[in-house]
Amino acid sequence: MNNVAIELRGITKRFGSVVANKGVNLTVCNGEILSLLGENGSGKTTLMNVISGIYHPDEGQIIIGGEPVSINSPHDAFNYKIGMIHQHFKLVDLFTAAENIILGLNEKGKFDIKSVSKKVAEISSKYGFDIDPNKKIYEMSVSEKQTVEIIKVLYRGADILILDEPTAVLTPQETRKLFDILRRMRDDGKAIIIITHKLHEVLDLSDKVAVLRHGEYVGTVNTSEADENILTEMMVGKKVELNIERPEPVDPQDRLVVEHIDCMSREGVKLLDDVSFTVRSGEILGIAGIAGSGQRELLEAIAGLQKLDGGSIIYHNPKTGTSENLRDKTPLEIRELGVRLSFVPEDRLGMGLVGNMSVVDNMMLRSYRRGKSVFVERHGPEELAHKIIKDLEVATPDAETPVRRLSGGNVQKVLLGREISSSPTLLMAAYPVRGLDINSSYLIYDLLNDQKRKGVAVIFVGEDLDVLLDLCDRIMVIGSGRITGIVDGRNATKNEVGYLMTKTDREEEKSDAE
Amino acid sequence: MRNNHKTHKEPLVYITKRGELPKLKAMMIKAIVILVGILFCALVTILLTSENPLKVFKAMFTGSFGSPRKVWNLFQASAILLGISLAVTPAFKMRFWNTGAEGQVLIGMLATITCMFYIGDALPSWLLIIVSLFASIIAGAVWAGIPGYFKAIWNTNETLFTLMMNYVAAQLVSLLIMYWVPSGSMVLGLVNSSTQNGWFPTIFGQKYLLNIIIVALLTAAVYVYLKKSKQGYEIAVVGESENTARYIGINVKKVIIRTVLISGALCGVMGWILAAGTDHSINSSAVGGNGFTAIMVSWMSKFNPITMIFSSILVCFLQKGAGEIASNLGLNSSVGEVLTGIMILFIVSSDFFVNYSIHFRKKERKEKQE
Amino acid sequence: MDVFVKIMAFIAATVVQGTPLLFGAVGEIITEKSGNLNLGIPGIMYIGGISGIIGGYLYEHFCAEPIPILCVIISLLASLVGSAFIAFIYSFLTITLKANQNVVGLALTTLGVGLGNFYGGSLLKFFGEDGSISLYITGNAYKTKIPFLSDHLGIFGETFFSFGFLVYLAIFIAILSQWIINRTRVGLNLRAIGENPATADAAGINVSLYKYVATCVGGAIAGLGGLYFVMDYTTGAWTNNGFGDRGWLAIAIVIFALWKPRSAILSSYIFGGLYIASVFISGLSGSTKELIKMLPYLVTIIVLVFTSSRKKREHQPPAALGQSYFREER
Repeated sequence: MNNVAIELRGITKRFGSVVANKGVNLTVCNGEILSLLGENGSGKTTLMNVISGIYHPDEGQIIIGGEPVSINSPHDAFNYKIGMIHQHFKLVDLFTAAENIILGLNEKGKFDIKSVSKKVAEISSKYGFDIDPNKKIYEMSVSEKQTVEIIKVLYRGADILILDEPTAVLTPQETRKLFDILRRMRDDGKAIIIITHKLHEVLDLSDKVAVLRHGEYVGTVNTSEADENILTEMMVGKKVELNIERPEPVDPQDRLVVEHIDCMSREGVKLLDDVSFTVRSGEILGIAGIAGSGQRELLEAIAGLQKLDGGSIIYHNPKTGTSENLRDKTPLEIRELGVRLSFVPEDRLGMGLVGNMSVVDNMMLRSYRRGKSVFVERHGPEELAHKIIKDLEVATPDAETPVRRLSGGNVQKVLLGREISSSPTLLMAAYPVRGLDINSSYLIYDLLNDQKRKGVAVIFVGEDLDVLLDLCDRIMVIGSGRITGIVDGRNATKNEVGYLMTKTDREEEKSDAE
Repeated sequence: MRNNHKTHKEPLVYITKRGELPKLKAMMIKAIVILVGILFCALVTILLTSENPLKVFKAMFTGSFGSPRKVWNLFQASAILLGISLAVTPAFKMRFWNTGAEGQVLIGMLATITCMFYIGDALPSWLLIIVSLFASIIAGAVWAGIPGYFKAIWNTNETLFTLMMNYVAAQLVSLLIMYWVPSGSMVLGLVNSSTQNGWFPTIFGQKYLLNIIIVALLTAAVYVYLKKSKQGYEIAVVGESENTARYIGINVKKVIIRTVLISGALCGVMGWILAAGTDHSINSSAVGGNGFTAIMVSWMSKFNPITMIFSSILVCFLQKGAGEIASNLGLNSSVGEVLTGIMILFIVSSDFFVNYSIHFRKKERKEKQE
Repeated sequence: MDVFVKIMAFIAATVVQGTPLLFGAVGEIITEKSGNLNLGIPGIMYIGGISGIIGGYLYEHFCAEPIPILCVIISLLASLVGSAFIAFIYSFLTITLKANQNVVGLALTTLGVGLGNFYGGSLLKFFGEDGSISLYITGNAYKTKIPFLSDHLGIFGETFFSFGFLVYLAIFIAILSQWIINRTRVGLNLRAIGENPATADAAGINVSLYKYVATCVGGAIAGLGGLYFVMDYTTGAWTNNGFGDRGWLAIAIVIFALWKPRSAILSSYIFGGLYIASVFISGLSGSTKELIKMLPYLVTIIVLVFTSSRKKREHQPPAALGQSYFREER
């Protein structure tokens, strides 16, 4: 039974100058579960897209059943019995489970949804799925939808299953159920690749672990020979010195006190779970965590864009000395309270800026309400635009160019420039250097440090641990919507943070199981 | 199945979204497409009439510019079309697909005619005109506001809703005409024809000059509103990205309802101009499809009021010119609609050549980074 | 007995009025199921009518002794080709060139009504004739009743079996479409495209092809509504704007029938009945008659508002209705 299902040899995939995968080797046997471990942007999803025919590798070979093959489309992948379960489900909400399962299939013979339901029921009982084939997708929970996706690939006869972060959206109980099913599929001889960040899941479930770091293949170990320390070190690597400046905080005062906030998704998954922390003036608080662990919800809750189910967000106004609870206030109400809050959201062109508008018009987003006139005042924004273009060296033909036409780094300069121009007392920046080149990144770090020196309380959500460790005074780690630890940026180690990122509260799960 | 080594067939033509084109190049592409459209229209006309092309073009010009009266008619028709196009624009800019301009204008007309009918003798003409204006504005705003309100609270499909409202308005007009004209002839005739109470005054001996002046003012007003006012800015932000609007604290629902009311009110104003300044009467098809044509004019002008001036003149020129050809040759006057339809299709499709580039014979497999 | 006869006559008139609407509504439902909101349907119905007229006229004009069955076949084919061609233009512009669906649809309605009226008003002049078009042979061929059933079953036969074949074809097409949409693989794929084209694409369905075919087939079916009107209802005569705003009424029925072809049958007859009711109910004042004509639109609006407030997913328009699909814009 232990023959090789799929083997990758020296897979390299480039996007322009960026190398997403470099010389990756991977072997999965039938009846085996392999975990693919790596930080954000380490190239896991790219690699899986190579296997499922969405991308074509620039170098390297894919070997299936002992023969080199070329997978040019998702359809080819089907033919090689590869099935991928994406993080974002591809289902038609209005259809039943059975209808979704056979969608696009060209089976011979009469179209008969009843026999499909029967076959679905067979697969379900074989692996222990609990699903009603006639239930509509829009009535389903996230975990049921995921089940439909898995049955969909099994129905198509997949022998190699790839699951992209399947537990990210599941509750601990649902996760356990999923793992039972995956084990049963392994015992049935299927080869399973699961992408995940959660170390205990890796140790709990898989037979082998392959680790990627910054697109490079680090190695594969047998789970039985690994522990959390070994895996963390493989995943985060050695600390790299970046020489980012870090001034000492001067006279830090509590600026924002967040206490016990909770936030529930529509599906009932906890996006923020009893989060408490304090942000102080004159310091940079880093937030580390796997993407999608609640960072966005947290920042949006502070900015008045996310409804909360509990807790409080107290802002201490340094000017008036008063304190305000920002919870459940709209962004406008927060501004009217005199809270000088600036927010650089993750989605720069979808939220922070309007892509089709000029640099000047984007400056107006924050300031257009000023004054009693019914007309907008363009003079101030124009000056501000020119000032930002000059001071931050934004490469743009002129201030009337739509920001959509600027490069990523320049877009970020425009956004950050606007946000700090209103002399905030609290500045939140989500992934401000994502997609930026080295020079632009250092410019952004300098800007954040300038704000810090001015006594601004800065929240910096980052993904590169080296940067977080060099830039931030304190680092708060968030995992599955919970704060897993707050460490001192000056003496924490990379492994320590990496471990906190991949840790989820196993105690809680155990108590659930009982 | 495992030994599937079939090479992938590459498509001959494939399409990618292109980056921003320089303005000049984009305008060139548009100009070429419009030119091709005009040539195509000419070809169609020649095929339909088997006439000498030069003669056809000449007829088109005499149809629009042949006499001072024809020029006035052209500008009057263009003014009405332009005015309605301006009216639908604020809502469109916000991505609210109002297909109900026809009905909103008609209900505005109805409001004015009702005022003229019932209080025509009680008020001096100038006051009646003003009262009618307010009645029309309210009527138009209500007619658009109903779908707008349901869009905001229940996300009711506004395209279909506003479309249906057109026919409710048309039937309402028929109903009232039935009520007003007991003979059942369905023809209302000129209201207050003897006193001309509530009619727009003639200026410098020109019946339509006031219409044109009002629409000119309206053009300036809409231009300023959209480009310079805070509300216009909010409309642009909501239309581009609701997320950004929320991020900067705009109450999206409020902006939607407010903008739709403004659009409807402007349609009401156009109904007032049509009723008090042009027709002095009403029937269920008094707007004559201008409400629909206006949607296309607004769209193909990219919601720019200045461009709309030219677009509406172009459309009216085509219609008048084609009408002239038809009457010269004893053909049906619908040639105008045919040519308008073709021209709009060409202009609308020109966007594609600006926004996408077409590649023949794919050489290299391109992949996008996520 | 007199009342009974009158009721039967009313039922017959209802069916006659409802048939063009049924063709239009079913055509639009098929189109909308693929995510295309074709507001060109009113124009396409004019095209369907005039293409049939042109086909029939050319045959009658150039053939010394026209054979009725050939009259029917030629005009029917001409009608199908004409309206499918306009729907093809719509498809090309909205699917391949990704132009705005509303604008293209409205432009095609302008174009279609214009072309219909143009040819209707000028066709005879091209051939040096005077007067207005009337194709008696073709028209009467379309009106051929079902033999035996129509004259041996008394008043029931006269009411239910005296229609031309297009009336029965409309019902058949509606039932067939319902079956295809809900009970076949093709229908499943089509519905998936209207709901979520990206998912359909990922499942390996050729989204563009389906949209093209659905729109063209839908257009051809809708065109038959125009054909029925000019051939059967007016016995081969064309009057400009005679078809009126029935095309928009057909779009209203799509909403009223909640995008189900089978429900469109009854809906069309109800709307057709309301359209003609004022003629049959004596003693109505003129304004009441107009009020009755307003009812279909009012009722449609109420249905639209009610279903959107209830948020029952099955009763909503196809989720991707009105949007272009371009694979790389994810």
